[in-house]
Amino acid sequence: MNAATKTSTIRGRALSTDVWETLKKNRAAFVATLLLAVMSVMVVVAPILSPYAFDATDFDRISVGPSLSTLHLFGTDALGRDLFVRTMYGGRISLMVGLVATAVSLVIGIAWGATAGFIGGRSDHVMMRIVDVLYAMPFMFFVILLMVFFGRSIVLIFVAIGAINWLDMARIVRGQTLSLKEKEFVEAARAGGVSNVKIVLHHIVPNLLGVVAVYVTLTIPQVILVESFLSFLGLGVQEPMTSWGALVNEGAQEMETAPWMLIFPGAFLATTLFCLNFIGDGLRDALDPRDRSN
Amino acid sequence: MLRFALKRVLGAIPTLLVLIALAFFLIKAAPGGPFDTDRRLPPEIEANLQAAYNLDEPLYRQFGLYLGGLLKGDFGPSFQYRDYTVTELIAAGFPVSLRLGGLAMLLAFVVGVAVGTVAALKQNAFTDHAAMAAAMIGISVPNFVMAPLLVLVFAVTLKWLPAGGLGDWRNFVLPVVALALPQIAYIARLTRGSMIEVLRADFIRTARAQGLPQRAVIIRHALKPALLPVISYLGPATAAIITGSVVIEQIFGVPGLGRFFVQGALNRDYTLVMGVVVFYGVLIVVFNLIVDLVYGWLDPRVQYQ
Amino acid sequence: MADAVLEVQSLNVRFTTPDGPVQAVRNLEFRVNPGETLGIVGESGSGKSQTALAIMGLLAANGRADGSARFKGDELIGLSDGDMNRVRGAQISMVFQDPMTSLNPYLTVGNQMRHVLQRHLGLSRGEALRHARTMLEMVRISEAERRLAMYPHELSGGMRQRVMIAMALSCRPGLLIADEPTTALDVTVQAQILKLMRELKSEFNTSILLITHDMGVVAGNADSVLVMRDGECREYGSVDKVFYKPADDYTRALLAAVPRLDEAMPERLATVSAPPTELGAEIAAVEKPRTNHAARQLLTVDGLGVRFRVAQPGLFARAQSLVAVDDVSFELAAGETLGVVGESGCGKSSLARAVLQLIPTASGRVCLLGRDLEQLARRELKNMRRDMQVIFQDPQASLDPRMTVAQIVGEPLNTFRPDLGQPERNERILSVLLRVGLAAEHLNRYPHEFSGGQAQRIGIARALMFDPQLIVCDEPVSALDVSIQAQIINLLMDLQVERGLSLIFIAHDLAVVRHISHRVMVMYLGRAVEVADRQSLYEHPRHPYTLALINAVPIPDPVVERSRQQQPLSGDLPSPLEPPSGCGFRTRCPHAIQRCADERPLLRPVGKSLVACHRAEEIE
Repeated sequence: MNAATKTSTIRGRALSTDVWETLKKNRAAFVATLLLAVMSVMVVVAPILSPYAFDATDFDRISVGPSLSTLHLFGTDALGRDLFVRTMYGGRISLMVGLVATAVSLVIGIAWGATAGFIGGRSDHVMMRIVDVLYAMPFMFFVILLMVFFGRSIVLIFVAIGAINWLDMARIVRGQTLSLKEKEFVEAARAGGVSNVKIVLHHIVPNLLGVVAVYVTLTIPQVILVESFLSFLGLGVQEPMTSWGALVNEGAQEMETAPWMLIFPGAFLATTLFCLNFIGDGLRDALDPRDRSN
Repeated sequence: MLRFALKRVLGAIPTLLVLIALAFFLIKAAPGGPFDTDRRLPPEIEANLQAAYNLDEPLYRQFGLYLGGLLKGDFGPSFQYRDYTVTELIAAGFPVSLRLGGLAMLLAFVVGVAVGTVAALKQNAFTDHAAMAAAMIGISVPNFVMAPLLVLVFAVTLKWLPAGGLGDWRNFVLPVVALALPQIAYIARLTRGSMIEVLRADFIRTARAQGLPQRAVIIRHALKPALLPVISYLGPATAAIITGSVVIEQIFGVPGLGRFFVQGALNRDYTLVMGVVVFYGVLIVVFNLIVDLVYGWLDPRVQYQ
Repeated sequence: MADAVLEVQSLNVRFTTPDGPVQAVRNLEFRVNPGETLGIVGESGSGKSQTALAIMGLLAANGRADGSARFKGDELIGLSDGDMNRVRGAQISMVFQDPMTSLNPYLTVGNQMRHVLQRHLGLSRGEALRHARTMLEMVRISEAERRLAMYPHELSGGMRQRVMIAMALSCRPGLLIADEPTTALDVTVQAQILKLMRELKSEFNTSILLITHDMGVVAGNADSVLVMRDGECREYGSVDKVFYKPADDYTRALLAAVPRLDEAMPERLATVSAPPTELGAEIAAVEKPRTNHAARQLLTVDGLGVRFRVAQPGLFARAQSLVAVDDVSFELAAGETLGVVGESGCGKSSLARAVLQLIPTASGRVCLLGRDLEQLARRELKNMRRDMQVIFQDPQASLDPRMTVAQIVGEPLNTFRPDLGQPERNERILSVLLRVGLAAEHLNRYPHEFSGGQAQRIGIARALMFDPQLIVCDEPVSALDVSIQAQIINLLMDLQVERGLSLIFIAHDLAVVRHISHRVMVMYLGRAVEVADRQSLYEHPRHPYTLALINAVPIPDPVVERSRQQQPLSGDLPSPLEPPSGCGFRTRCPHAIQRCADERPLLRPVGKSLVACHRAEEIE
C-alpha cells in the first residue's frame, strides 16, 4: 500500500497556496497585481524602445503636449525633454527605492523583532523601549536634516527610509513572535527536544511570513511616498536624474501652461500606490490571523 | 489616574532627550556645518554662534548649554536671516501653521469618523463600497499630487477659490482640504474596521438582547470602544499633518513654519532647520503624551494593567 | 395549552454562507410552561444556541428563521426590530456563556444595568441605579453600592455572571434564556451560580430555557429536556423519562459516554460512533509489547516549585513573584496514571510544564528513571525527551498550521533519527497514525482540515513516535465534545495497557479524572492539598476542598441530583499574588480555625490518603 504517494496531491495550507487563493478570489487585488506587473515591465523596457534619451533636449519641441506623431507620448517639459521617458526613469527610481528600502527595513525589523520576541524578558523590554523612543521621532524631518547636512545621495535615501520603516516591522514581528512562542505547537516542539534554532526556523518563521508579506506590500507604498516627498521638495535625486516626486514638482510649477507635466507622473505615482495598497489590503484580509475566525 | 499620568510624563522625558541629542549631534557631525572653523562666515554671525553655542567649550557642555537655552525658549541665531533669532522665526511662522494644521486635523477627525461609521453600519452596501473606494484613492494619492490638482480644478479652471496666500477664510479652504484628505481617508478606514469589529463583540449582542434600540446600542455601547484606535492614531496623525504641512505650505504659498523649514533646508540655514526639527519634535512628543493620557482616561483597563 | 410561556412550532433556522445554504435548526417544536425549566442539550454544532438566538431575533445577518415561536401567545418570529426591542430584556432576557466578553468592558456595572431599566421601566437615572443596587443584592453580591461603580474587569468571573443574571432579571422577564451560563466558570463557582438560578427562578417566578452541553447540569436543574443533534430534536420529554427511559439511540449513547463521578465506570466508555481503530489494531500487533516492570518507579518529583515574575502597575513597583507551584512532591510508577485536578489558577498546568522542564523551576527536583533532569546537560535532556511526551488541551493550537500531518508527526524523527531514509520515515509515521485511528490519506493534509477529536489523535501520534515511558496530558479532552472525549479517553487507556505508559492526566473534570486515574492529586493555589488512590479520594475525601469539589460536580442523574444537599463553597479563589497565610484554602473553608491562618498544613497521612489539613481527622 503506497498511500503516502497516492495522496500527495491533496492541497493544504502552505503560504504560497494561501496567497494564490486570495489573489484569485479578490478580483480587485488580482487586477492591481496585473497592473503593477505591467507598469514594472514598462518602466524597465519602455525607455529602451523610445527614440529619446531621458536627458536629451528636443530643441524643436519645448513644452509641447502629448502627441503620437512626434513620439513624445506624454509631451515634453520646459527643457524639451521627453516626459514619457522621464516618467519611466522616475518610475525606475521610485520602484527601486521602494524595494531596496523595504528590504532594508525588512531585514532590520525581522532581526530586531524576532530577537526581542523570542528572548523575551528584560532584553525584550529594553529593545522595545528603544523602538518606542525612536517611534516618537519626527523622522521625516530627520531625513531632511540628513539630506541638508550630508548632501543628497540615493544611498542615503535608501538607508534613511529603511531605517524609519523597520520600527513598524519590528513591532509587528515581535508581537507575532511573542504570541507564537506561547502557542502549544511550539511547546510541543520543545517537549520533543527540537532545538531553539530549529523552532525559530521551522515553526516561528513560517507562521510569521503571512503577516510579514502583508506588511511588506503596505511598506513599499509608504517608502515610495517618502522618496517622492523628498524629491518634491527638491531634496531627493538630483538633476538630470529624476523621480516621480521631482516630476510632480516640476509639473506643479507649470500646470497652468503644461498640465500634462503634472498629470502623467502624478497618475503613475498614484496608480502604483493604489495597486500596492489594494494588494496589501487583499492579503491582509486573507492572512491576518485576527480575521481567521470569519 | 494621577500615578498613571505621572508615569507617562516621566516616560516621555528620555524620548525628548534623545530627540534633541539626535538633532544636536547630527548638526555637529555635518561636514561644512555651522561650527566648521574652516568656513568663512560673516563676523556678526560668527559672533552670535560663538555666544550661542560656546564653541570653545567641550562638547557635552555645549549640549548642556543648548539644552538650557531650549528650556528658556532660545533656539539660537538664524544662519541666514541675520537680524532674527530662530525663536523669532518660529514665533512668526507657527501661528499660521497651527491654524492650518488644527483645522485640517479637526476636519479629518470629524469627517473621517462620520464616513467610517456610516460605512460600517452599511457594511457591504453601495454606500460602504463607494466610501471605501474613495478612501483608497485618498490614501493613495499623495497630497503633493492632490494639492496642485485641486488648484488646477478649483482655482485655475473654475476660479471658485484663491490658490493660496493669506487673506480671509477662502484662502484656507484648499490648503486645509489638501492637507486633511489623506487623513480623512485613513481615519475613515480605521473607524470602519474597528466599528465592524466592535459590532461583532459579545457585549454588543448582550446590549441588543436587552432590547436597546440600534441607535442606543451604537452610541452608548459601540462608539467608545470603536473610537479608541482612532484616538491612538491621533498621535501619528499629528506627525503626518505636520509633515504634510511642509509641502502644502510650499504649494499654496502659506507663510508658515513649514515654508521656513523648506527655505532653510534649501539655503542650508542649519540653525533654523535644527530649531524647527526640535520644535516640531517636541510638539509631536507632547501631543503623543496627551493622546496617551486621553486613551488611559477613556479605557478603564489601561491603568489597571 | 394556551398558557405556555413559550411555544415553538416547526422552527427552522437557515444561514446563507459562501459554501451554500446551511440549515442550523430543523423543524423544532417545544414548549416552556410557567415556572418550568426546559434544558436543551446537545454537542457543538447541534443548533441549540441558534435556537435561542432565533427566538430572541438575534441571528447573525446571514441567518433567517421561519416557523413559529409564541411568547404568551404573541408571535415572535418575523417581528420588526422595534417591536422585538419591547420584548427583549423586558419579557424575555438572556444570559450568555462568557461573562467577561458579554459585559461591556468600557462601562461600569451600574451604567450597563441602568440603561436597561431606564429603557423598559421608564425609571429616572437615580431610580434605575437604586433598582440596580437591589438587583445586585438579590444575586448575593456583597457591597452592591460599590460594585455599581466598578468595571467588569475588576470583578471575578463568578461575580460577572451574577451581574449578567441581575441585569437579565431586572425587568422581571417571563422567560430567561441561559446559554451555557456556567461553561466558562470553575466547578465550585458553577455550583454557586446554578444554585442562585434555582433560587431566583422561584423568587421571580420566571421560566428558564437552559442551554448546555453538560448532562449533569441538566439533570439537576431542568424539569424537561430536549436533546438536539444536527439541528434536529432527537428526544423531548420530562427529565426523568429522558434520563431513565431514553427512547433515542443518540440520547442513550450520550448518557453512556459521560463518565460519572458517583460510580465506577466500565473500563471502556461507550462512544457515540466507534472510532476506526480496527486498522490500527493490526499494526499495533506487529509492534512488540513492552515488558511491564511491575510497580517500577518511573518519576519522582520532590518539593517542586515554580515562580513567575509578574509586572506590577505603578510607578516604581518592582515585578512581583507569583508562586504558581509551591512545594509539590509525588511519585509515579510505570504503567500508572496520576490524575491532577483543581480549578483554574491552581498551578496544574505549570506543574505539567515544570515536570517536562519546559519552564524553569524555582526549587525541587524532577527525576525520571532515576536521573535528575535539572542536572542533565542540554544534550542529555534532549535525549531524555524521547521518554517524556506531552499532549495539550487545544488540539488545533498544538499543531503547527503550516505543516502537514506527516511533517508534524515526523518531527521527532528529524530530531532523534535524522539518519532515517524517506521510506522508513514514512513507514514509522504511518504506523503511529494508524494506531491512533487515522489513515494514510491524512498524511498530506493540514491541521485545519481536521475536527478537534482527529486533531487530538494527531497530537497523540506525535507523542507516541518514540514509544515514551511518560506522557503528560494537559486537559487533553476538555476542548472536546462528550462523545469525542470518550473516544480519546479510551484510546489513551488502551495505549497505556498496550505499552505500559505512565500518564500524568491533568483535568478540571473530576469525573473524567476518576475514570482514568489510579491515583489522584488535588491542587489548590499551587499546593497539593490531597493525594490518594482513586477510591479513597472519591469515596472518603479528607480535605474540605476535595469534598467541596466533589459536591460541586453535577451528576447526570436527576434523582441523585435532587437528593444531594447543596451547600456550594462560598467566595472566589484568592489572588495567587496575595495568597492567604497558613492554609491557602482557609478563606473559603467552613471548618477554618485560628490555627489554619497561623500555620501552614503539610501533607500527612490520614487513613489511606495524604492530606494537608489540620482538621482532617475531625471532618468526616
